[in-house]
Amino acid sequence: MPGGSSGGSAAAVASDQCLGAIGSDTGGSIRQPAAFCGVVGLKPTYGRVSRYGLVAFASSLDQIGPITKTVEDAALLLNIIGGHDPLDSTSADIDLPDFTASLSEGIGEIRIGVPDEYFIEGLDPEVESAVRTAIKLLEKEGASVKPISLPHTGYAVSTYYILATSEASSNLARYDGVKYGFRAEAGDLMEMYLRTRAQGFGPEVKRRIMLGTYALSAGYYDAYYKKAQQVRTLIKQDFEDAFSEVDVIVTPTTPTPAFRVGEKISDPLQMYLNDIFTISANLAGTCAISIPCGFSSSGLPIGFQIIGRPFDEETVLRLAGTYERETDWHMRRPEL
Amino acid sequence: MRISEGDVEHIARLARLELDPEERRRYTEQLSDILNYIDELNELDTSSVEPTSHVIPIKNVMRDDLPQPSLPLDEALGNAPQRKGNFYRVPRIID
Repeated sequence: MPGGSSGGSAAAVASDQCLGAIGSDTGGSIRQPAAFCGVVGLKPTYGRVSRYGLVAFASSLDQIGPITKTVEDAALLLNIIGGHDPLDSTSADIDLPDFTASLSEGIGEIRIGVPDEYFIEGLDPEVESAVRTAIKLLEKEGASVKPISLPHTGYAVSTYYILATSEASSNLARYDGVKYGFRAEAGDLMEMYLRTRAQGFGPEVKRRIMLGTYALSAGYYDAYYKKAQQVRTLIKQDFEDAFSEVDVIVTPTTPTPAFRVGEKISDPLQMYLNDIFTISANLAGTCAISIPCGFSSSGLPIGFQIIGRPFDEETVLRLAGTYERETDWHMRRPEL
Repeated sequence: MRISEGDVEHIARLARLELDPEERRRYTEQLSDILNYIDELNELDTSSVEPTSHVIPIKNVMRDDLPQPSLPLDEALGNAPQRKGNFYRVPRIID
């Protein structure tokens, strides 16, 4: 399977149905499918791209970004979609550089941090080996590499699944069958709401709405929602501390290559744990890119992730561009 | 944290979701599993940590208070499942 949730975009790019595509990334939905499909996926910094017109899932985490065949294409698309928009108050009113300008500059004195917490039990050995090889190549190109720690990484999945589902339960309240979209037949208004939403949403969306509603409900708000917001602060501080020592952080994008259709669907928790390496960038509001760095022995693409400081997409793209020039993984496609 | 089918029924009502008995059973089990996992957050002492609701420090973004055209009525009502005149039409609210 192509991954998700912007798996359609990634599959369309990988199968040459288009030059590039747009995805939306709340916890990895651009980067994970890009890694699974062997293409480039960039989640810009929160606020870099207007969310106007995007169906809101978790408003404090959602960000739109490009899925492309090359790093240069990602830079070109970001030039077009980036910048302040009066119709999205959370889009940042700061300068938009030409992201293609620095692509050919080489990586210079970039300091790369490699967090211990991302090379853990459960990480597929072939993924680990491909990512470590990529890091060695970047070192050869002149980057300095040092181990770092992001100590609250292990709590990111829990934090994310409280905050994202809480925000989603509120955002998706608009699908009530009154103003637009599907409406189920019913005798009175309450029954119409209950049936419209029961029939209109799929099982995963319902599960998330239920979890979010629970976390926000009377008596549980402090224990779940506020607690998760506090842990989010700790995760954000981890990144701020790390970025005082290094310029970028390099990690695997996903713990494993693509899994089979239906393989994880019966165990939602296992499925959520697959997002373990991508969600922290959303919680901390940083930018991050996934680029191809190899194939597994069964022929599935592997990607690695470069996480940059907020609004420093230039450095991330420059490093990714250097890697891409020195390798040809992005030119290869998995057999179907 | 283990939740009961009654809790699930209550949450479903708050979320305006009608569940069949099978869904109620399944969500009771799955939400309990997820909440159990999430309880790991209690390992962290956050008593002196400020909550983060948003990564960019912005608040109350205002535009100038000038009259301007808003969404035309026909566009606003254009996607409604049912309309009546200038209103959204919904099933009976009062007996």
